Amino acid sequence: MATVDLKDVRKVYPGGVEAVKGVSIAIPDKELCVLVGPSGCGKSTLLRMIAGLETISSGTCAIDGKVVNAVGPTERDIAMVFQNYALYPHMKVYDNMAYGLRNRGTPKDEIDSRVRSTAKVLELSHLLDRRPRELSGGQRQRVAMGRAIVRNPKVFLFDEPLSNLDAKLRGQMRVEIKNLQRSLGVTSVYVTHDQLEAMTLADILVVMNAGLVEQMGAPLDIYEKPASTFVASFIGAPPMNLLAIAAKPNSPVDTAEKVLANGEGLEISAPAHAATLGFRPEDADVISEGTTGSLKLSATVEAVEPVGAESFLYCAAAGGRIVVRVSGRAAAKPGDQLKVMVPAGKLHWFDSTGKRV
Amino acid sequence: MTPRVVFPNKLLPYLLVAPQLAITLVFFYWPAAQALYQSMLKEDPFGLKSKFVWFDNFKKVLADPNYLHSIKVTVVFSVATAAVAMIVALLLAVMAEKVVRSKGFYRTLLIWPYAVAPAIAGMLFLFLFNPSIGSLAILLRKMGIAWDPVLNGTDAMVLLVAAAAWKQISYNFLFFVAGLQAIPKTLIEAAAIDGAREAKRFWTIVFPLLAPTTFFLLVINTTYAFFDTFGIVHAVTGGGPGKATETLVYKVYNDGFVNLILGSSAAQSVILMIIVIALTAIQFRYVERKVHYG
Repeated sequence: MATVDLKDVRKVYPGGVEAVKGVSIAIPDKELCVLVGPSGCGKSTLLRMIAGLETISSGTCAIDGKVVNAVGPTERDIAMVFQNYALYPHMKVYDNMAYGLRNRGTPKDEIDSRVRSTAKVLELSHLLDRRPRELSGGQRQRVAMGRAIVRNPKVFLFDEPLSNLDAKLRGQMRVEIKNLQRSLGVTSVYVTHDQLEAMTLADILVVMNAGLVEQMGAPLDIYEKPASTFVASFIGAPPMNLLAIAAKPNSPVDTAEKVLANGEGLEISAPAHAATLGFRPEDADVISEGTTGSLKLSATVEAVEPVGAESFLYCAAAGGRIVVRVSGRAAAKPGDQLKVMVPAGKLHWFDSTGKRV
Repeated sequence: MTPRVVFPNKLLPYLLVAPQLAITLVFFYWPAAQALYQSMLKEDPFGLKSKFVWFDNFKKVLADPNYLHSIKVTVVFSVATAAVAMIVALLLAVMAEKVVRSKGFYRTLLIWPYAVAPAIAGMLFLFLFNPSIGSLAILLRKMGIAWDPVLNGTDAMVLLVAAAAWKQISYNFLFFVAGLQAIPKTLIEAAAIDGAREAKRFWTIVFPLLAPTTFFLLVINTTYAFFDTFGIVHAVTGGGPGKATETLVYKVYNDGFVNLILGSSAAQSVILMIIVIALTAIQFRYVERKVHYG
């Protein structure tokens, strides 16, 4: 078991493209750290640097307290689950799982008992004699997991392991991965672009954007206090509603009196430098009469999305589109005029650079 | 499955395949039939009269110690050529894959020799290794190797294999490079993480996954060494010294067109034909089945 420490890690490709621009993350022992971000944000590159598949341009990566910058992937004692599983097509499932142990000179009977017990845990026992091409996507995914688990490495690395599965299987495997990781107690780094996966799996959530860490912390802390408009719109589905606001005409820029894009006043005081206000779809209520100390907006319903237990109203409001969550069936239909109320305590304020105020 | 196309016209499909059939018949089956017919004829050297003798020619050929020797020479030559050409090509392909900068440049250079005609390749080697004027022969002699392909049968065979393999290396290289590129990079990475060092990765992952390419090249190279090396043999050794490098194909030519024993020559080419058919059938029946993974 081990810790993973990244200190100001950078990746500059020959040709000058900087994929990772100085990232520091400390992952305590036995915790699962999820790197999430849009494609091209450098999360996979970062993972590959921890694996030793990419060189580190500057900064240090330490596993279990030892700097491993110059150590090849072979000696790092890590295991990785690839997006396309990367199973050896010419080997049976058994040999796929035994390969890593054989390379490390584990005695034959120990290999056998470890492969069989891992296969049992993952319900793969009846598939050991098959080749990867004879397996379904979900089974392949399990074999890839088994290959990682059987080695009992210091660190697990997951590179979008569920993105090739269908939605139902993805949900199942997500729970299973979390349980396995917890029961095995192996420090893990998990890369995904799916915010739901990120939220549900992470002990530590790292939101990345353009090669930098936007925010890092416990998933719910990030959800409740996004550090920037980027995080606010990336974490949560549907994402946070963001509306542009401006200082009231003829008042100083840092006034607490702000107006929406249509010139309507906010009725509540805003932080001095706020340029954007945000609120979660579930924090908004459709009302007939507003209570004091809350934000009130008029909105026109454009579309209604019933999901079953809840419905989402997609509305046009001053300064942008907003989504409002209502529980159960929605009474509103497209074209309806609504009043939307958000309690002041549930509002998020961001300045003109997108940072939280 | 694509739906089956059905022609409404009964005649049209036959008309469409007719040109291909005609070419095959005229250029492949007719000569083959001629060879078969001629192999059962005995003809006088002046071509004035001939006699149908059934399998006499075959009996004679197969009992001829010279012919049996030629089979041995061919086997040695083919196995050596295929092995050298494939091993060197694989080595070069693996090396070229590792080059980071100007990969394409190296690849292009390595493919060039394939554009050299066999006879010219033969001449190149003949000059380079000629015991009296060859620049490489001098080097060999300076290193203390008594090199003389003109008198020594083994040296002649080595020279011939070198020339024949040299020409085939580029072709094999091209296919090995393509084969290597088709192996997903993540597999190699997964193996690295699984604790396999480079040599181990090559033998346990890369080489088995190259098997379809290797098999294909094995078929091509054996056929090449068996049948397409006439030009090289003719240019480099002419079958000598003392029949030490007289392969089956060369013997067909020598007996038929130099010694004018047409019946025997035709019988030999029929035997060759049977060998090709057998070789291909065996390779596809028994080897191919084991090398595709999908």
